[in-house]
Amino acid sequence: MFIKQLSVFIENREGRLEEVLEALKREQVNIVSLSLADTSEYGVLRMIVSNPEGGKEALKAGGFSAMLTDVLAVKLSHRVGYLQELLGAICRAGINIEYMYALSTGTDDASIVLKASDLAKAEAVLRQDGVEIFTNTDLAKMS
Amino acid sequence: MIWNESKECMSRDELQALQSKRLVKTVNRVYHNVEYYRKRMQKEGIEPGDIRGIEDLSKLPYTTKDDLRETYPFGLFAAPQSEIVRIHASSGTTGKATVVGYTRKDIDIWAECVARALTQAGVTRDDTVQVAYGYGLFTGGLGAHYGAEYLGARVVPQSTGNTKKLVTMMKDFGVTAIACTPSYLLHIAELLEEMGEIDNIKLKAAVCGAEPWTDNMRRQIEEKLHINAFDIYGLSEVMGPGVACDCQYHKGLHVYEDHFLPEIISPETLLPVGENETGELVFTTLTKEGLPLIRYRTKDLTSIHYDQCECGRTLARISRFTGRTDDMLIIRGVNVFPSQIESALLEMAGTTPHYLMIVDRVGNLDTLEVQVEVEERFFSDEIKELESLTKKISHVLQNAIGLAVKVKLVEPRTIERSMGKAVHVIDNRKLV
Repeated sequence: MFIKQLSVFIENREGRLEEVLEALKREQVNIVSLSLADTSEYGVLRMIVSNPEGGKEALKAGGFSAMLTDVLAVKLSHRVGYLQELLGAICRAGINIEYMYALSTGTDDASIVLKASDLAKAEAVLRQDGVEIFTNTDLAKMS
Repeated sequence: MIWNESKECMSRDELQALQSKRLVKTVNRVYHNVEYYRKRMQKEGIEPGDIRGIEDLSKLPYTTKDDLRETYPFGLFAAPQSEIVRIHASSGTTGKATVVGYTRKDIDIWAECVARALTQAGVTRDDTVQVAYGYGLFTGGLGAHYGAEYLGARVVPQSTGNTKKLVTMMKDFGVTAIACTPSYLLHIAELLEEMGEIDNIKLKAAVCGAEPWTDNMRRQIEEKLHINAFDIYGLSEVMGPGVACDCQYHKGLHVYEDHFLPEIISPETLLPVGENETGELVFTTLTKEGLPLIRYRTKDLTSIHYDQCECGRTLARISRFTGRTDDMLIIRGVNVFPSQIESALLEMAGTTPHYLMIVDRVGNLDTLEVQVEVEERFFSDEIKELESLTKKISHVLQNAIGLAVKVKLVEPRTIERSMGKAVHVIDNRKLV
């Protein structure tokens, strides 16, 4: 089960990030987790939000380029080496991880969001290892 | 010094008689050898016999870049292919190049015109001339090269690119004259200053052209390098560099009127304007065999002056250019039209994204940045995709205009629209 990530293009200019957040606030969209990938001229803000569709519409209305992408939200247990083991399994399956960031779940567990070259295959590999994968419903509960 | 006194100092009467004779010959040549011109003249009801001299010039139709494009590549050539010995091309407005061809005689006349210009700059056979225009399809490099060789000077065919090497050779070879764009010469001057070599070179003259510059820029160049700098003008359609050049009195550029018949017209009414009035410069070639052009509209704005110059030449002078009638930009000597950027983006993306060209001059060298709005269809949540988009756009644009382009992705709707129409060019270069 994939979840929807909301991404938006932001120029490296003063106040742009704030305007993105304001557009989301106006539509009462809550941000669960975020990651900002930046270059010298622009950045991509990736977010897990309470209402991805609504968030996208809000950003489009605000004049931003925004999109929804399928990603995997994976529950990790707090144990040294656990993430490395999971990634090892993904690597062995010949899957490339495009990016990854931490997901705050509000519980004691650590969680991550990841996008892979073959998301379905990555999910299958992880499920084989008995890893818990979040659904959109789970996320709605968090926010 | 005057290279060809018999032609450059002719009385107006003698010159007009020569121009008339040559015009009649040229009109006959295009009528009989170029179907496009023949049909055009027939449509207008003109026969070669109607043109008896330069007083009949205004009966003839104008030629524009569109005509060259429509007849791409060789449709306006007036000599058999076997007589064409050289082809040059410049980038067109919509991807199609403007192609020009020269016979052996054309090349000789071109070389003589450049030799006249170099002589005006005080260059003689005792000089070493570094040609730092680009060599290739662009007429700058080979045009200056053949002229300097024709003059009998030693030519160093430097071309452009490695400025440090250029400076080293300038010093080691005892270069006394240089031909390049004025902005490049300022760049060279700065490097010489940086290297502490400015007093160790023998440079005394520069013949600069291919881009607009001002008298102030000329004085700046002259003071920095302790040389005399001259303004050479030309365009590939008419010939290349060497259509006109200024003399030591710097009161306009002497047009080699025995080969190129100038007119100034109003770009609105298309009627000739008076002496000293500003309008669009139009040329009729008088001796060209490969690609003779009748009343070719250059789109350059200037005025013409017939009063006698102190240098002794009787040739008319055109003023420094005040602009263009179209939106052409000259960036590092390369002609660039916004429409070229537009059509390249269109070809790449299906529809044209909003874009903005920002031209600037950094350290005397022109830079071109093209901002492209990241519409939803271009957007990706992966940086590597956005980076490859940037690379792809800059590659496509570089191929289209032949210049390195810095592409910057910007947010949608950030490029200003004025009156519902996008502003496509911001030129921050200050020509002072």
